[in-house]
Amino acid sequence: MAISEKLDAFFSEKMKEYPTSRSFLVPMLLYSQDEIGYVSDEVIAHLAKKTGLTELEVRNVISYYSMLRTKPAGRYNVQVCTNISCQLRGADELFAHCKKKLGIGHKQTTPDGMFSLEEVECIGACSWAPAVQVNYDFHENLTPQKMDAVLENCRKKAKQ
Amino acid sequence: MADLVSHPDEVRIVSKRFGKGAAEIEQYLKLDGYKAVQKALRMQPDEIINEVKTSNLRGRGGAGFPTGMKWAFVPKESAKPKYILVNGDESEPGTCKDRLILEHDPHAVIEGVMIAGLAVGAKVGYIYIRGEYRYLVDIMRKALDDAYAKGFLGKNIFGSGRQFDAYWHTGAGAYEVGEESALMESLEGKRGIPRIRPPFPAVVGLWGGPTVINNVESLASVPHILLMGGQKFADLGPPRNGGTRLFCLSGHVNKPGVYELPMGYPMKKLIYDVGGGIPNGRKLKAVVPGGSSTFLLNAEEAENINLDFDSFSKRGEFLGSGGVVVVDDQTCMVKFALRIMKFYQHESCGWCIPCREGTDWLKKTLTRFHNGGGLKKDIDNIKYLAQNMLGRTFCPLGDAAAIPTMSIVDKWRDEFEAHLEGKPCPFEPEAVITELPVLSH
Repeated sequence: MAISEKLDAFFSEKMKEYPTSRSFLVPMLLYSQDEIGYVSDEVIAHLAKKTGLTELEVRNVISYYSMLRTKPAGRYNVQVCTNISCQLRGADELFAHCKKKLGIGHKQTTPDGMFSLEEVECIGACSWAPAVQVNYDFHENLTPQKMDAVLENCRKKAKQ
Repeated sequence: MADLVSHPDEVRIVSKRFGKGAAEIEQYLKLDGYKAVQKALRMQPDEIINEVKTSNLRGRGGAGFPTGMKWAFVPKESAKPKYILVNGDESEPGTCKDRLILEHDPHAVIEGVMIAGLAVGAKVGYIYIRGEYRYLVDIMRKALDDAYAKGFLGKNIFGSGRQFDAYWHTGAGAYEVGEESALMESLEGKRGIPRIRPPFPAVVGLWGGPTVINNVESLASVPHILLMGGQKFADLGPPRNGGTRLFCLSGHVNKPGVYELPMGYPMKKLIYDVGGGIPNGRKLKAVVPGGSSTFLLNAEEAENINLDFDSFSKRGEFLGSGGVVVVDDQTCMVKFALRIMKFYQHESCGWCIPCREGTDWLKKTLTRFHNGGGLKKDIDNIKYLAQNMLGRTFCPLGDAAAIPTMSIVDKWRDEFEAHLEGKPCPFEPEAVITELPVLSH
């Protein structure tokens, strides 16, 4: 099985809320990715079967959505918003700091698989800029120093 | 999560339950929760629609279309099921208000969906929340579960014998899905490619059924309108611009934050009184009035305009989404235009050629320009390219990319000229940009 039975059962329940079987596809892709780290070939095959679509149709949907990936990212995916509200409050410097600190660039992963880094578009934290999302957690009003603490915390959590 | 702010000029309607634990259903009930929908159950559909029309509530997503009128467009009889679709795909740069509503007052959104359903005769509502807002999806899931457990949702809402179901849904990263027709495609499990209109969603929407699509803030306003009365809500703002609005203040201000102010509030007061002015003794240069898709204002214009739809539309401009981004006099407007264009180029779905090609060429030209490789003819060319996207695409993303660009070229042409002939950016004389961040999908 590409995903856990529990998750698959949850998908089956949610699919009942829509008149067509493919409607819940986008959330299913995202929640599958959350469980196994990326949208694998197995996940694609499974969801294609589940929704009655071809694998190509599922891949066609995946390529539209920026959060979906077909390769694993780091355990902590650091997403730095550099859109206007964040840029005006130092997001470019923050992104440069992250690149230097982690030794990786946009959409790259550290060799130990701990972190990946991404420059992302507006994440809806404009009034608390600059902001970063690490996986789904928001970190706001950041400075390079505060960013270091965020990254350090991730390392600590990983050890636990 | 996100910090809350306050100011004495605020009029708290939509934000009245912020910070009061109203995501918990018991607390929501103590704060007048679910009273409005019970009132709606005793009203005729037309009465509900008329109350919302009277309130002069206009779409808070940014377009400002009168909500009551949108509801009235839904045909009374329909062979196919009707739907309510909540647009919580908040992703217009500068906008972060729906996030607060979904975090602090999710039941108000559910109540708004139910009232909309009663008004137009829909029995199902979908609450679409952008994928990045996972913690809000979790909050909404719990809120929906709690409402079902109490019998507020389901086959027999409030013992009325009437049925209404509301479900949560999430995206996975796509600005364009915030556009109503792309939103429907996404909810149907597809790429968010826009649909041609007409037919409009009110007639042919989700799965071919009549569909009302409203922004989170619009729907969260509806329960308050029913309880306080449409007229009282309308009276809070100037004519044809009812109520209050959540303004998301960001950028170069001392006190950024989301403030609820009456429609028509002066921009000058928002920046200098509410926002505490520009930091570091600098001066105002520009304001993005309502998300990056709007015409930018220069300092003089910003200091003399009120925040309501009509004050902007009579200038041929847009109030937009409530995302007010303040820009100081040390900011390079060429760089600002470039950052905006990078965003639209990244988000263009490629369906309509003017948008796909236009945003790409504009990004390339602006990048070269900001790096000192600008030619004099580029300045007019940038404007020409932008103008040729206007009105030539299925969805407004092409317009959204063109509008800020045209206004920046018009209002800050001197800054473009200062970059010509290999001259370094006057605002970053030492910074030779050697590495340009590339956003790939």
